[in-house]
Amino acid sequence: MRPLRLVWIYPDLLSTYGDRGNVLVLERRARLRGLPVGVTEVNSDQPVPRDGDIYLMGGGEDLPQTLATRRLRADGGLHEAAERGAVIFAVCAGYQMLGATFGGADDAPVPGLGLLDIHSGRGERRAVGEIVADADPALNVPRLTGFENHQGVTRLGPRARPLARTTLGVGNGDGTEGAYSGRVLGTYLHGPALVRNPGLADLLLSWAAGPLPPLPPQAEELAQRLRGERLAAATQQ
Amino acid sequence: MDDNNHRVRLPMRARLAATVGGAAATVSRLAGRDGSVIGGIIGLRLQPDLLSLLAQGRRIVLVTGTNGKTTTTRLISAALNALGQEIASNVYGANMEAGLTAALSRAPDAPIAVLETDEKYIPAMVKATRPKVVVLLNLSRDQMDRAAEIWLLARRWREALADAPGCRVVANADDPLVAWAAAAARQVTWVAAGQRWRDDSWCCPHCGAHLEREGDDWSCRECANRRPPVSWVLTGDHVIDPSGRARPLELALPGRANRSNAVVALAVADAFGVTITQALCELRAVTSVAGRYTQVRRRGCEIRLLLAKNPAGWLEALDVLAPPPVPVLLAVNAQGPDGRDTSWLWDVDYRRLRDRAVLVGGERKLDLAVRLEADEVPFRLVNDIDEAIDAAGAPRLEVLANYTAFQQYRAVLGRTD
Repeated sequence: MRPLRLVWIYPDLLSTYGDRGNVLVLERRARLRGLPVGVTEVNSDQPVPRDGDIYLMGGGEDLPQTLATRRLRADGGLHEAAERGAVIFAVCAGYQMLGATFGGADDAPVPGLGLLDIHSGRGERRAVGEIVADADPALNVPRLTGFENHQGVTRLGPRARPLARTTLGVGNGDGTEGAYSGRVLGTYLHGPALVRNPGLADLLLSWAAGPLPPLPPQAEELAQRLRGERLAAATQQ
Repeated sequence: MDDNNHRVRLPMRARLAATVGGAAATVSRLAGRDGSVIGGIIGLRLQPDLLSLLAQGRRIVLVTGTNGKTTTTRLISAALNALGQEIASNVYGANMEAGLTAALSRAPDAPIAVLETDEKYIPAMVKATRPKVVVLLNLSRDQMDRAAEIWLLARRWREALADAPGCRVVANADDPLVAWAAAAARQVTWVAAGQRWRDDSWCCPHCGAHLEREGDDWSCRECANRRPPVSWVLTGDHVIDPSGRARPLELALPGRANRSNAVVALAVADAFGVTITQALCELRAVTSVAGRYTQVRRRGCEIRLLLAKNPAGWLEALDVLAPPPVPVLLAVNAQGPDGRDTSWLWDVDYRRLRDRAVLVGGERKLDLAVRLEADEVPFRLVNDIDEAIDAAGAPRLEVLANYTAFQQYRAVLGRTD
């Protein structure tokens, strides 16, 4: 069986805070199901492999975000993979980069990758704190829990659907959080977003590998306890 | 001006502000608090430019960086002891404007001050205190929910230092972000202090290109930015001075990070005319800094406390741990001073803990547990230090904790510093 190939895009530019967590969670949940899996880290001076199954993009400061976008556009590998139907999962700055435009260092709009029909700009206030959001029922993913830390405001166009509706926190800024279209999905839940959301991790894996067998409950126990603790703490706030 | 006669006549109102602030600090200490900030807050309320008035005529060292500020401040103060003059210092780590003000108020006659300074406050504090020396140690991701992004921080340091012609910068040439910020200063003493954590400096802070890195050397492929030539070098346990002579450091403090801090302290001492022999003698006598590295005995178990607050700090601290089979207690909180976001746990590689007993505590132990599970490190959850001692069942226990978790354990174990 051909191993599932995870491609982490530009950890040298886009890895602000714990972004490796998403790679590790996907890798672990694939392995626990007996799926062979390989991880490729692609730095910004290397070509993006065309044949990945799941591409991951993390957070970054304004300047690295603009540089990474410029290089990905010039490289073309991610676009080719997206056309082929590969899964793309991006958080925070990476999420904004997927769109048509985002706000750069001096707040001038920077052209994005155009892989998701969203437009981002800079909001008045930085959104920092716990976020809780109910995922689009069509995705069959339990309530999302995470931490957001961004000043972006994102407007969705007609060809993107909101990933979730916020019950706590800011997300896109209009009561929705994140966006997806086909197998391209982005979120403002920053850093290791999949750690507290194993359901979202499994959605990405199933997009790439088809229906998944369930995990033995003991493999899930700690992640579920952490989820429960964080959701309870957030709703008490 | 004569260094020993630094006192400038403070205006009446400033003297009053310093006195009232000092009185408030005394009251605060009597009430059982450490009093290191309150005096400064009250003084500044009465006289907003109190810090720059108090700084006048003194020879001031500002020490900043993501990690090692408190320890390096202590080491520099120790090295400068060789001058035999009173030194003002914010020894308890109150490192914003009020903390610096309080430290100078407490020692109105000290001709020298060594002041730990929060990274964000460097531009304002350089302006207010006109330091003789600014020390830049390192810059890496830290408490992202409240700290500035680090490329932005480096840019602000750079602008502030370009505007401070009288100041000498002592900077770590091995950290590309620090080196880029320091290069704007007129006078720089470059120290090869090493860089263990590299995940925030793979790209050129000037132009963004991926850096060439080989050993400690680094250079940009696309612009002229490169590691500057160094005059002080840390190599293994030795320091090489600007004349090329190597000497063993032989510190009591453990770890590579502290050897790096010590070499920086030697470079600062040199700028004050202290000889290396004198300074080294003082540095070797430092055994514990604000509770860090303290050894405590509790219920038959020898416990050593290590503090680390961010991924770079944890990486260095994991290097310092006594070798297996000595068990380790890791503890993490996410209160305000720790940063409320535990994402950083995923930036640390824990795999080297696989071959020893690991106990996990702190208010966010589940976050850490899930992280260790992903790295296939076996562990056991504990609720407090005594449960950890029982679970360890060993004569020694190493404790590595982030800020408030460290303070909680320290309170239980008794302040021994």
